[in-house]
Amino acid sequence: MTKALKIIAPGGYTTLQDNGRIGFQNMGVPVSGVLDHFAFRAANLLVGNPENTVTMELTVMGPSMEVLKEMDMAITGAHMDVTVNGKNVPQWQSFRVVPGDLVTVGQVQEGCRSYLAVNGGFDVPKVMGSAATYVGAGIGGFNGRPLKKDDVLDSKKAQLLSKPRRLPEAQIPCYPSEVIVRAIPGPQADYFDAGLKTLFSSDYMVTAKADRMGYRLMGDAVPIKEGMPKSIVSEPSVPGSIQIPADEQPIILLVEQTVGGYAKIATIISSDLGRVAQATPGDKIRFEKIDLKTGHAVFFEEKKRMETLRETLTRSS
Amino acid sequence: MKTPLKKPVCRLAGDTGFLVEFGEGIDPAVNAKVRAMAGAVRHSMPKGVIEIIPTYRSLLFIYDPALIQPDTLFKMIEDMDTRINPEDEGDAKVVEIPVCYGGDFGPDIHNVCESAGLDEDNVIRIHSQPEYLIYMVGFTPGFAFLGGLDERLYTPRLTTPRTLVPQGSVGIANNQTGMYPIASPGGWQLIGRTPLKLFDPQRENPFLYQAGDKIKYIPISKAEFEQIQKGGGQ
Repeated sequence: MTKALKIIAPGGYTTLQDNGRIGFQNMGVPVSGVLDHFAFRAANLLVGNPENTVTMELTVMGPSMEVLKEMDMAITGAHMDVTVNGKNVPQWQSFRVVPGDLVTVGQVQEGCRSYLAVNGGFDVPKVMGSAATYVGAGIGGFNGRPLKKDDVLDSKKAQLLSKPRRLPEAQIPCYPSEVIVRAIPGPQADYFDAGLKTLFSSDYMVTAKADRMGYRLMGDAVPIKEGMPKSIVSEPSVPGSIQIPADEQPIILLVEQTVGGYAKIATIISSDLGRVAQATPGDKIRFEKIDLKTGHAVFFEEKKRMETLRETLTRSS
Repeated sequence: MKTPLKKPVCRLAGDTGFLVEFGEGIDPAVNAKVRAMAGAVRHSMPKGVIEIIPTYRSLLFIYDPALIQPDTLFKMIEDMDTRINPEDEGDAKVVEIPVCYGGDFGPDIHNVCESAGLDEDNVIRIHSQPEYLIYMVGFTPGFAFLGGLDERLYTPRLTTPRTLVPQGSVGIANNQTGMYPIASPGGWQLIGRTPLKLFDPQRENPFLYQAGDKIKYIPISKAEFEQIQKGGGQ
Protein backbone atom coordinates (compact mmCIF):
# COMPACT_ATOMS: atom_id res chain seq x y z
CA MET A 1 0.00 0.00 0.00
CA THR A 2 1.50 3.29 -1.12
CA LYS A 3 0.23 6.75 -1.90
CA ALA A 4 -0.84 6.91 -5.54
CA LEU A 5 -2.86 10.05 -6.26
CA LYS A 6 -3.69 13.35 -4.63
CA ILE A 7 -6.94 14.99 -5.70
CA ILE A 8 -6.43 18.60 -6.80
CA ALA A 9 -10.04 19.06 -7.97
CA PRO A 10 -12.61 16.27 -7.57
CA GLY A 11 -14.67 16.79 -10.74
CA GLY A 12 -18.45 16.40 -10.99
CA TYR A 13 -19.09 13.33 -8.86
CA THR A 14 -16.19 10.95 -8.41
CA THR A 15 -16.48 7.78 -6.34
CA LEU A 16 -14.53 4.57 -5.91
CA GLN A 17 -16.48 1.56 -7.15
CA ASP A 18 -16.15 -2.13 -7.81
CA ASN A 19 -18.58 -4.79 -8.98
CA GLY A 20 -20.96 -4.05 -6.10
CA ARG A 21 -22.08 -5.36 -2.73
CA ILE A 22 -23.82 -8.67 -3.34
CA GLY A 23 -26.00 -10.49 -0.81
CA PHE A 24 -27.38 -7.78 1.49
CA GLN A 25 -30.37 -6.48 -0.46
CA ASN A 26 -32.61 -8.45 1.91
CA MET A 27 -31.25 -6.17 4.66
CA GLY A 28 -31.84 -2.97 2.70
CA VAL A 29 -28.30 -2.56 1.41
CA PRO A 30 -28.33 -1.82 -2.33
CA VAL A 31 -25.70 -3.34 -4.63
CA SER A 32 -24.10 0.02 -5.52
CA GLY A 33 -20.98 -0.54 -7.67
CA VAL A 34 -20.20 0.56 -11.19
CA LEU A 35 -22.97 1.47 -13.61
CA ASP A 36 -21.15 0.58 -16.84
CA HIS A 37 -19.62 -2.88 -16.43
CA PHE A 38 -18.00 -3.07 -19.87
CA ALA A 39 -16.05 0.17 -19.47
CA PHE A 40 -15.15 -0.75 -15.86
CA ARG A 41 -13.73 -4.16 -16.78
CA ALA A 42 -11.91 -2.73 -19.79
CA ALA A 43 -10.18 -0.13 -17.58
CA ASN A 44 -8.93 -2.82 -15.22
CA LEU A 45 -7.79 -5.20 -17.95
CA LEU A 46 -5.93 -2.36 -19.68
CA VAL A 47 -3.67 -1.90 -16.65
CA GLY A 48 -3.29 -5.63 -15.97
CA ASN A 49 -5.73 -5.85 -13.04
CA PRO A 50 -8.26 -8.56 -12.32
CA GLU A 51 -11.57 -7.34 -13.75
CA ASN A 52 -13.26 -6.60 -10.45
CA THR A 53 -10.60 -4.25 -9.05
CA VAL A 54 -11.53 -0.93 -7.40
CA THR A 55 -11.66 1.93 -9.93
CA MET A 56 -12.78 5.54 -9.92
CA GLU A 57 -16.16 6.29 -11.49
CA LEU A 58 -16.15 9.80 -12.98
CA THR A 59 -19.38 11.61 -13.77
CA VAL A 60 -19.78 14.33 -16.43
CA MET A 61 -16.63 16.21 -15.33
CA GLY A 62 -13.39 14.48 -14.45
CA PRO A 63 -10.95 15.26 -11.63
CA SER A 64 -7.45 16.77 -11.61
CA MET A 65 -4.88 14.71 -9.78
CA GLU A 66 -1.25 14.78 -8.81
CA VAL A 67 0.56 11.49 -9.36
CA LEU A 68 2.49 10.26 -6.32
CA LYS A 69 4.04 7.07 -7.66
CA GLU A 70 5.03 5.45 -10.93
CA MET A 71 2.13 3.43 -12.33
CA ASP A 72 0.06 2.55 -15.36
CA MET A 73 -3.31 4.24 -15.73
CA ALA A 74 -6.23 3.81 -18.12
CA ILE A 75 -9.45 5.77 -18.57
CA THR A 76 -12.40 4.21 -20.40
CA GLY A 77 -16.10 4.90 -20.81
CA ALA A 78 -17.50 8.35 -21.60
CA HIS A 79 -15.30 10.51 -23.79
CA MET A 80 -13.61 13.15 -21.64
CA ASP A 81 -10.43 14.96 -22.65
CA VAL A 82 -7.51 13.55 -20.71
CA THR A 83 -4.22 15.38 -20.37
CA VAL A 84 -0.97 14.57 -18.58
CA ASN A 85 1.02 17.73 -17.89
CA GLY A 86 -1.10 19.49 -20.51
CA LYS A 87 -0.50 16.91 -23.24
CA ASN A 88 -3.47 14.93 -24.61
CA VAL A 89 -3.61 11.23 -23.84
CA PRO A 90 -6.04 8.87 -25.59
CA GLN A 91 -8.65 6.85 -23.70
CA TRP A 92 -9.10 3.07 -23.88
CA GLN A 93 -5.36 2.52 -23.58
CA SER A 94 -2.84 2.38 -20.78
CA PHE A 95 -0.32 5.14 -20.18
CA ARG A 96 2.58 5.41 -17.75
CA VAL A 97 2.63 8.22 -15.19
CA VAL A 98 5.40 9.19 -12.77
CA PRO A 99 5.48 11.16 -9.50
CA GLY A 100 4.79 14.85 -10.04
CA ASP A 101 2.66 14.34 -13.18
CA LEU A 102 -0.59 16.26 -13.30
CA VAL A 103 -3.45 14.24 -14.76
CA THR A 104 -6.52 16.25 -15.71
CA VAL A 105 -9.78 14.77 -16.97
CA GLY A 106 -12.06 17.37 -18.51
CA GLN A 107 -15.72 17.91 -19.32
CA VAL A 108 -17.58 15.02 -20.94
CA GLN A 109 -17.82 15.13 -24.76
CA GLU A 110 -19.87 11.98 -25.28
CA GLY A 111 -21.49 9.70 -22.71
CA CYS A 112 -21.73 10.39 -18.97
CA ARG A 113 -19.44 8.13 -16.89
CA SER A 114 -15.80 7.17 -17.22
CA TYR A 115 -13.68 4.68 -15.32
CA LEU A 116 -10.14 5.36 -14.18
CA ALA A 117 -7.99 2.38 -13.22
CA VAL A 118 -4.44 2.24 -11.88
CA ASN A 119 -2.48 -0.94 -11.69
CA GLY A 120 -2.99 -2.72 -8.39
CA GLY A 121 -6.26 -0.84 -7.91
CA PHE A 122 -7.19 1.73 -5.27
CA ASP A 123 -6.61 0.44 -1.79
CA VAL A 124 -9.63 0.99 0.42
CA PRO A 125 -11.11 -1.36 3.02
CA LYS A 126 -13.94 -3.62 1.94
CA VAL A 127 -17.19 -3.04 3.80
CA MET A 128 -19.53 -6.04 3.79
CA GLY A 129 -17.59 -7.70 1.04
CA SER A 130 -17.21 -4.78 -1.33
CA ALA A 131 -15.31 -1.53 -1.79
CA ALA A 132 -18.21 0.10 -3.64
CA THR A 133 -19.17 3.54 -2.34
CA TYR A 134 -22.77 3.75 -1.13
CA VAL A 135 -23.13 7.42 -0.31
CA GLY A 136 -26.64 7.00 1.13
CA ALA A 137 -25.29 5.10 4.14
CA GLY A 138 -21.80 6.56 4.00
CA ILE A 139 -20.10 3.19 3.52
CA GLY A 140 -17.47 1.76 1.18
CA GLY A 141 -15.10 3.54 -1.17
CA PHE A 142 -13.12 6.45 0.25
CA ASN A 143 -14.70 7.11 3.69
CA GLY A 144 -18.14 6.38 2.23
CA ARG A 145 -18.28 9.56 0.19
CA PRO A 146 -17.40 11.12 -3.18
CA LEU A 147 -13.79 12.32 -3.48
CA LYS A 148 -12.86 15.82 -2.35
CA LYS A 149 -9.93 18.17 -2.90
CA ASP A 150 -6.78 17.04 -1.06
CA ASP A 151 -7.88 13.41 -0.63
CA VAL A 152 -4.90 11.10 -1.01
CA LEU A 153 -5.64 7.69 -2.49
CA ASP A 154 -3.49 4.64 -1.92
CA SER A 155 -3.03 1.87 -4.43
CA LYS A 156 -2.00 -1.73 -3.97
CA LYS A 157 1.43 -2.88 -4.97
CA ALA A 158 1.49 -4.32 -8.49
CA GLN A 159 3.87 -4.93 -11.33
CA LEU A 160 4.07 -2.34 -14.08
CA LEU A 161 3.04 -3.46 -17.54
CA SER A 162 5.87 -4.69 -19.76
CA LYS A 163 4.26 -2.82 -22.67
CA PRO A 164 1.22 -0.57 -23.04
CA ARG A 165 -2.18 -2.05 -23.79
CA ARG A 166 -4.90 -0.63 -25.97
CA LEU A 167 -8.34 -1.68 -27.03
CA PRO A 168 -8.79 -1.89 -30.83
CA GLU A 169 -11.02 0.84 -32.28
CA ALA A 170 -13.65 -1.69 -33.35
CA GLN A 171 -14.29 -2.73 -29.75
CA ILE A 172 -14.64 0.80 -28.38
CA PRO A 173 -18.33 1.60 -27.79
CA CYS A 174 -19.85 4.92 -28.83
CA TYR A 175 -22.35 6.78 -26.70
CA PRO A 176 -24.91 8.54 -28.89
CA SER A 177 -27.32 11.05 -27.37
CA GLU A 178 -30.28 8.98 -28.54
CA VAL A 179 -30.25 5.42 -27.28
CA ILE A 180 -32.44 2.39 -27.62
CA VAL A 181 -32.61 0.13 -24.58
CA ARG A 182 -34.32 -3.23 -24.51
CA ALA A 183 -36.80 -4.05 -21.76
CA ILE A 184 -38.92 -7.03 -20.75
CA PRO A 185 -42.50 -6.20 -19.63
CA GLY A 186 -43.11 -6.90 -15.92
CA PRO A 187 -43.30 -7.35 -12.98
CA GLN A 188 -46.53 -5.27 -13.06
CA ALA A 189 -47.14 -5.08 -16.82
CA ASP A 190 -50.73 -6.19 -16.08
CA TYR A 191 -51.36 -2.81 -14.39
CA PHE A 192 -51.14 -1.17 -17.81
CA ASP A 193 -52.82 -1.45 -21.19
CA ALA A 194 -52.45 1.66 -23.39
CA GLY A 195 -49.54 2.67 -21.15
CA LEU A 196 -47.46 -0.26 -22.40
CA LYS A 197 -47.93 0.82 -25.99
CA THR A 198 -47.01 4.39 -25.09
CA LEU A 199 -43.86 3.36 -23.22
CA PHE A 200 -42.59 1.27 -26.12
CA SER A 201 -43.36 3.78 -28.85
CA SER A 202 -42.37 7.20 -27.44
CA ASP A 203 -39.11 9.01 -26.88
CA TYR A 204 -38.26 9.87 -23.29
CA MET A 205 -35.89 12.61 -22.28
CA VAL A 206 -33.47 12.16 -19.39
CA THR A 207 -34.15 14.97 -16.89
CA ALA A 208 -31.65 16.65 -14.56
CA LYS A 209 -32.82 14.26 -11.83
CA ALA A 210 -30.55 11.44 -12.92
CA ASP A 211 -28.11 9.82 -10.54
CA ARG A 212 -26.98 6.43 -9.25
CA MET A 213 -30.34 5.90 -7.52
CA GLY A 214 -32.33 6.39 -10.67
CA TYR A 215 -33.15 8.41 -13.78
CA ARG A 216 -36.35 10.43 -13.93
CA LEU A 217 -37.58 10.65 -17.52
CA MET A 218 -39.96 13.03 -19.23
CA GLY A 219 -42.27 12.26 -22.13
CA ASP A 220 -45.70 10.86 -22.94
CA ALA A 221 -47.59 9.93 -19.77
CA VAL A 222 -47.87 6.22 -18.97
CA PRO A 223 -51.25 5.82 -17.30
CA ILE A 224 -52.17 2.91 -15.05
CA LYS A 225 -55.21 0.94 -16.22
CA GLU A 226 -58.66 2.08 -14.99
CA GLY A 227 -59.49 0.47 -11.67
CA MET A 228 -55.94 -0.57 -10.77
CA PRO A 229 -54.41 0.82 -7.56
CA LYS A 230 -51.94 3.68 -8.01
CA SER A 231 -49.38 2.00 -5.81
CA ILE A 232 -48.42 -1.53 -4.82
CA VAL A 233 -47.41 -3.20 -1.57
CA SER A 234 -43.71 -2.31 -1.20
CA GLU A 235 -41.54 -4.85 -2.95
CA PRO A 236 -37.92 -5.09 -4.12
CA SER A 237 -36.71 -3.40 -7.27
CA VAL A 238 -33.77 -4.35 -9.47
CA PRO A 239 -31.38 -2.10 -11.38
CA GLY A 240 -33.29 -1.38 -14.59
CA SER A 241 -36.80 -1.47 -13.12
CA ILE A 242 -39.00 1.10 -14.88
CA GLN A 243 -41.29 2.45 -12.21
CA ILE A 244 -44.41 4.54 -12.90
CA PRO A 245 -45.18 6.94 -10.03
CA ALA A 246 -48.32 9.04 -9.59
CA ASP A 247 -47.25 11.65 -12.16
CA GLU A 248 -47.13 8.87 -14.82
CA GLN A 249 -43.58 9.78 -15.90
CA PRO A 250 -41.22 6.77 -15.91
CA ILE A 251 -38.29 6.44 -13.50
CA ILE A 252 -35.48 3.99 -14.25
CA LEU A 253 -34.26 2.60 -10.92
CA LEU A 254 -30.54 1.96 -10.67
CA VAL A 255 -28.03 0.56 -8.20
CA GLU A 256 -28.67 2.53 -5.00
CA GLN A 257 -32.27 1.49 -4.49
CA THR A 258 -33.78 -1.66 -2.96
CA VAL A 259 -37.51 -1.21 -2.39
CA GLY A 260 -40.31 0.67 -4.10
CA GLY A 261 -44.05 1.10 -3.76
CA TYR A 262 -44.99 1.99 -7.32
CA ALA A 263 -45.92 -0.35 -10.16
CA LYS A 264 -43.05 -1.35 -12.43
CA ILE A 265 -44.14 -1.64 -16.02
CA ALA A 266 -40.99 -3.24 -17.44
CA THR A 267 -37.35 -4.01 -16.65
CA ILE A 268 -34.36 -2.99 -18.76
CA ILE A 269 -32.15 -6.01 -19.48
CA SER A 270 -28.83 -6.16 -17.64
CA SER A 271 -26.81 -5.86 -20.86
CA ASP A 272 -28.34 -2.46 -21.69
CA LEU A 273 -27.90 -0.80 -18.28
CA GLY A 274 -24.51 0.53 -19.39
CA ARG A 275 -26.29 2.50 -22.12
CA VAL A 276 -28.57 4.10 -19.53
CA ALA A 277 -25.53 4.91 -17.38
CA GLN A 278 -23.97 6.73 -20.34
CA ALA A 279 -27.06 8.87 -21.02
CA THR A 280 -26.95 12.43 -19.68
CA PRO A 281 -29.74 14.93 -18.99
CA GLY A 282 -31.26 16.01 -22.29
CA ASP A 283 -30.50 12.70 -24.04
CA LYS A 284 -33.30 10.62 -25.47
CA ILE A 285 -34.15 7.05 -24.50
CA ARG A 286 -36.42 4.80 -26.49
CA PHE A 287 -37.55 1.45 -25.08
CA GLU A 288 -37.68 -1.65 -27.24
CA LYS A 289 -39.94 -4.42 -26.04
CA ILE A 290 -38.40 -7.90 -25.99
CA ASP A 291 -39.34 -11.21 -24.37
CA LEU A 292 -37.34 -13.22 -21.84
CA LYS A 293 -35.96 -15.59 -24.47
CA THR A 294 -34.51 -12.70 -26.47
CA GLY A 295 -33.29 -11.15 -23.23
CA HIS A 296 -31.31 -14.28 -22.45
CA ALA A 297 -29.92 -14.44 -26.00
CA VAL A 298 -28.64 -10.89 -25.50
CA PHE A 299 -27.28 -11.86 -22.08
CA PHE A 300 -25.10 -14.52 -23.74
CA GLU A 301 -24.02 -12.11 -26.51
CA GLU A 302 -22.92 -9.68 -23.82
CA LYS A 303 -21.03 -12.46 -22.05
CA LYS A 304 -19.25 -13.18 -25.33
CA ARG A 305 -18.41 -9.49 -25.77
CA MET A 306 -16.79 -9.55 -22.32
CA GLU A 307 -14.83 -12.69 -23.22
CA THR A 308 -13.58 -11.07 -26.41
CA LEU A 309 -12.54 -8.03 -24.39
CA ARG A 310 -10.69 -10.25 -21.94
CA GLU A 311 -8.93 -12.19 -24.70
CA THR A 312 -7.93 -9.06 -26.61
CA LEU A 313 -6.48 -7.33 -23.60
CA THR A 314 -4.69 -10.21 -21.94
CA ARG A 315 -3.21 -11.48 -25.20
CA SER A 316 -1.57 -8.15 -25.92
CA SER A 317 0.60 -8.24 -22.80
CA MET B 1 -60.50 -16.09 9.75
CA LYS B 2 -57.50 -17.49 7.94
CA THR B 3 -56.82 -16.11 4.48
CA PRO B 4 -56.39 -18.96 2.02
CA LEU B 5 -52.94 -18.75 0.49
CA LYS B 6 -52.93 -18.58 -3.27
CA LYS B 7 -50.65 -20.57 -5.51
CA PRO B 8 -47.36 -18.78 -6.11
CA VAL B 9 -47.42 -16.39 -9.08
CA CYS B 10 -44.27 -15.63 -11.06
CA ARG B 11 -43.62 -12.08 -12.30
CA LEU B 12 -40.62 -11.27 -14.49
CA ALA B 13 -38.10 -8.66 -13.36
CA GLY B 14 -35.79 -8.45 -16.36
CA ASP B 15 -33.35 -11.04 -17.70
CA THR B 16 -31.77 -11.90 -14.33
CA GLY B 17 -34.63 -11.62 -11.84
CA PHE B 18 -38.17 -12.67 -11.07
CA LEU B 19 -40.62 -12.18 -8.26
CA VAL B 20 -42.74 -14.91 -6.77
CA GLU B 21 -45.92 -13.62 -5.17
CA PHE B 22 -47.59 -15.65 -2.43
CA GLY B 23 -50.65 -13.52 -1.76
CA GLU B 24 -52.25 -10.10 -1.74
CA GLY B 25 -51.74 -7.20 0.59
CA ILE B 26 -50.12 -7.09 4.00
CA ASP B 27 -51.00 -10.28 5.84
CA PRO B 28 -48.98 -12.05 8.55
CA ALA B 29 -49.83 -15.50 7.10
CA VAL B 30 -48.67 -14.59 3.60
CA ASN B 31 -45.55 -12.98 5.04
CA ALA B 32 -44.77 -16.07 7.14
CA LYS B 33 -45.00 -18.14 3.97
CA VAL B 34 -42.62 -15.76 2.15
CA ARG B 35 -40.07 -16.04 4.95
CA ALA B 36 -40.39 -19.79 5.24
CA MET B 37 -39.84 -20.13 1.49
CA ALA B 38 -36.84 -17.78 1.61
CA GLY B 39 -35.34 -19.93 4.35
CA ALA B 40 -36.00 -23.17 2.47
CA VAL B 41 -34.49 -21.93 -0.81
CA ARG B 42 -31.52 -20.47 1.05
CA HIS B 43 -31.00 -23.81 2.72
CA SER B 44 -30.65 -25.68 -0.57
CA MET B 45 -29.26 -22.62 -2.43
CA PRO B 46 -29.38 -23.91 -6.01
CA LYS B 47 -26.35 -23.04 -8.13
CA GLY B 48 -26.91 -19.83 -10.06
CA VAL B 49 -29.12 -18.14 -7.46
CA ILE B 50 -27.34 -14.90 -6.53
CA GLU B 51 -29.75 -13.21 -4.11
CA ILE B 52 -33.07 -14.01 -2.43
CA ILE B 53 -34.93 -10.96 -1.20
CA PRO B 54 -38.10 -11.52 0.86
CA THR B 55 -40.67 -8.73 1.26
CA TYR B 56 -44.28 -8.39 2.44
CA ARG B 57 -45.84 -10.90 0.07
CA SER B 58 -43.20 -11.80 -2.48
CA LEU B 59 -39.71 -13.15 -2.95
CA LEU B 60 -37.30 -11.66 -5.46
CA PHE B 61 -34.76 -14.01 -6.99
CA ILE B 62 -31.66 -12.71 -8.72
CA TYR B 63 -30.09 -15.44 -10.85
CA ASP B 64 -27.39 -16.06 -13.41
CA PRO B 65 -29.02 -17.28 -16.66
CA ALA B 66 -25.77 -19.06 -17.54
CA LEU B 67 -26.21 -21.34 -14.52
CA ILE B 68 -29.95 -21.74 -13.97
CA GLN B 69 -33.13 -21.26 -15.97
CA PRO B 70 -36.01 -19.40 -14.32
CA ASP B 71 -38.57 -22.14 -15.13
CA THR B 72 -36.38 -24.71 -13.37
CA LEU B 73 -36.18 -22.47 -10.34
CA PHE B 74 -39.88 -21.63 -10.37
CA LYS B 75 -40.82 -25.32 -10.63
CA MET B 76 -38.62 -25.98 -7.62
CA ILE B 77 -40.45 -23.24 -5.71
CA GLU B 78 -43.88 -24.57 -6.67
CA ASP B 79 -42.81 -27.98 -5.47
CA MET B 80 -41.46 -26.60 -2.18
CA ASP B 81 -44.61 -24.51 -1.76
CA THR B 82 -46.68 -27.62 -1.15
CA ARG B 83 -44.26 -28.92 1.48
CA ILE B 84 -43.35 -25.82 3.48
CA ASN B 85 -44.89 -25.22 6.87
CA PRO B 86 -45.01 -21.47 7.47
CA GLU B 87 -45.83 -22.03 11.14
CA ASP B 88 -42.25 -23.14 11.61
CA GLU B 89 -40.70 -19.81 12.55
CA GLY B 90 -37.18 -21.20 12.95
CA ASP B 91 -34.89 -18.84 14.80
CA ALA B 92 -37.26 -15.85 15.10
CA LYS B 93 -36.48 -13.77 18.19
CA VAL B 94 -37.76 -10.76 20.10
CA VAL B 95 -35.30 -7.86 19.91
CA GLU B 96 -35.52 -5.20 22.63
CA ILE B 97 -34.83 -1.67 21.47
CA PRO B 98 -34.40 0.97 24.19
CA VAL B 99 -36.08 4.27 23.28
CA CYS B 100 -35.95 7.65 24.95
CA TYR B 101 -39.39 9.08 24.15
CA GLY B 102 -40.37 12.75 23.76
CA GLY B 103 -38.27 15.85 24.36
CA ASP B 104 -35.67 16.75 21.75
CA PHE B 105 -35.58 13.14 20.56
CA GLY B 106 -39.31 12.99 19.83
CA PRO B 107 -40.25 16.49 18.70
CA ASP B 108 -43.53 15.31 17.12
CA ILE B 109 -44.89 13.28 20.05
CA HIS B 110 -47.36 16.11 20.77
CA ASN B 111 -48.88 15.62 17.29
CA VAL B 112 -49.47 11.97 18.13
CA CYS B 113 -50.92 12.89 21.55
CA GLU B 114 -53.25 15.39 19.94
CA SER B 115 -54.39 13.05 17.18
CA ALA B 116 -54.95 10.21 19.69
CA GLY B 117 -56.45 12.40 22.42
CA LEU B 118 -54.01 10.88 24.91
CA ASP B 119 -51.29 12.27 27.14
CA GLU B 120 -47.60 11.57 26.52
CA ASP B 121 -47.34 8.85 29.18
CA ASN B 122 -50.18 6.91 27.59
CA VAL B 123 -48.78 7.27 24.07
CA ILE B 124 -45.45 5.89 25.34
CA ARG B 125 -47.19 3.10 27.22
CA ILE B 126 -49.26 2.07 24.19
CA HIS B 127 -46.34 2.34 21.77
CA SER B 128 -44.00 0.24 23.91
CA GLN B 129 -46.63 -2.42 24.63
CA PRO B 130 -46.68 -4.66 21.51
CA GLU B 131 -44.13 -6.99 20.00
CA TYR B 132 -44.04 -5.65 16.46
CA LEU B 133 -43.53 -8.18 13.65
CA ILE B 134 -40.80 -7.30 11.13
CA TYR B 135 -42.47 -7.95 7.79
CA MET B 136 -39.44 -6.96 5.77
CA VAL B 137 -36.20 -5.01 5.84
CA GLY B 138 -35.40 -2.62 3.02
CA PHE B 139 -35.31 0.94 1.73
CA THR B 140 -32.16 1.76 3.71
CA PRO B 141 -29.81 -0.63 5.54
CA GLY B 142 -31.68 -2.19 8.48
CA PHE B 143 -34.91 -0.24 7.91
CA ALA B 144 -37.62 -2.55 9.31
CA PHE B 145 -41.22 -2.46 8.08
CA LEU B 146 -43.22 -3.28 11.21
CA GLY B 147 -46.75 -4.47 11.70
CA GLY B 148 -48.94 -4.16 14.74
CA LEU B 149 -49.20 -0.47 15.62
CA ASP B 150 -52.14 0.26 17.93
CA GLU B 151 -54.89 2.00 15.94
CA ARG B 152 -55.12 4.78 18.53
CA LEU B 153 -51.64 5.95 17.53
CA TYR B 154 -52.28 6.19 13.77
CA THR B 155 -51.05 9.67 12.80
CA PRO B 156 -50.63 11.09 9.29
CA ARG B 157 -47.16 11.94 7.99
CA LEU B 158 -45.77 15.45 8.46
CA THR B 159 -47.03 17.77 5.74
CA THR B 160 -43.44 18.85 5.05
CA PRO B 161 -40.90 16.04 5.34
CA ARG B 162 -37.66 16.76 7.19
CA THR B 163 -34.58 16.94 4.99
CA LEU B 164 -32.63 15.05 7.63
CA VAL B 165 -34.02 12.70 10.25
CA PRO B 166 -31.33 11.83 12.83
CA GLN B 167 -30.06 8.27 13.04
CA GLY B 168 -31.96 6.15 15.56
CA SER B 169 -35.17 8.19 15.37
CA VAL B 170 -38.38 6.30 16.10
CA GLY B 171 -41.50 7.48 14.35
CA ILE B 172 -45.05 6.95 13.21
CA ALA B 173 -46.53 7.39 9.72
CA ASN B 174 -50.21 6.55 9.33
CA ASN B 175 -50.58 2.89 10.39
CA GLN B 176 -46.83 2.23 10.48
CA THR B 177 -44.18 2.64 13.13
CA GLY B 178 -40.48 2.22 12.65
CA MET B 179 -37.00 3.59 13.14
CA TYR B 180 -34.29 5.18 11.03
CA PRO B 181 -31.04 3.13 11.17
CA ILE B 182 -29.20 5.83 9.21
CA ALA B 183 -29.84 9.56 8.96
CA SER B 184 -32.01 10.20 5.92
CA PRO B 185 -34.79 12.49 4.72
CA GLY B 186 -38.23 11.51 5.98
CA GLY B 187 -41.76 12.58 6.79
CA TRP B 188 -42.55 10.43 9.81
CA GLN B 189 -43.78 11.89 13.12
CA LEU B 190 -40.77 11.48 15.40
CA ILE B 191 -41.67 10.32 18.90
CA GLY B 192 -38.31 9.19 20.30
CA ARG B 193 -34.83 7.92 19.59
CA THR B 194 -32.81 4.79 20.31
CA PRO B 195 -29.14 5.04 21.28
CA LEU B 196 -28.48 1.64 19.66
CA LYS B 197 -26.59 1.45 16.42
CA LEU B 198 -29.24 -0.34 14.36
CA PHE B 199 -26.82 -0.61 11.44
CA ASP B 200 -23.10 -0.86 12.04
CA PRO B 201 -21.11 -2.12 9.05
CA GLN B 202 -18.05 -2.61 11.27
CA ARG B 203 -19.87 -4.99 13.62
CA GLU B 204 -19.55 -8.71 12.87
CA ASN B 205 -23.28 -8.78 12.24
CA PRO B 206 -24.11 -5.26 10.99
CA PHE B 207 -27.80 -5.78 11.83
CA LEU B 208 -29.64 -6.44 15.11
CA TYR B 209 -32.67 -8.18 13.59
CA GLN B 210 -34.09 -9.68 10.43
CA ALA B 211 -37.48 -10.20 8.82
CA GLY B 212 -39.62 -12.46 11.00
CA ASP B 213 -38.14 -11.21 14.28
CA LYS B 214 -40.19 -9.06 16.61
CA ILE B 215 -39.32 -5.62 17.98
CA LYS B 216 -40.15 -4.58 21.53
CA TYR B 217 -39.50 -0.97 22.49
CA ILE B 218 -38.28 -0.35 26.05
CA PRO B 219 -38.75 3.22 27.36
CA ILE B 220 -35.57 4.65 28.87
CA SER B 221 -34.55 7.96 30.44
CA LYS B 222 -32.26 10.52 28.87
CA ALA B 223 -29.52 9.51 31.33
CA GLU B 224 -29.80 5.86 30.26
CA PHE B 225 -29.78 6.97 26.61
CA GLU B 226 -26.53 8.86 27.13
CA GLN B 227 -24.98 5.96 29.00
CA ILE B 228 -25.71 3.50 26.17
CA GLN B 229 -24.52 6.03 23.62
CA LYS B 230 -21.26 6.50 25.55
CA GLY B 231 -20.77 2.76 25.38
CA GLY B 232 -20.81 2.97 21.58
CA GLY B 233 -24.51 2.25 21.09
CA GLN B 234 -24.07 -1.49 21.33
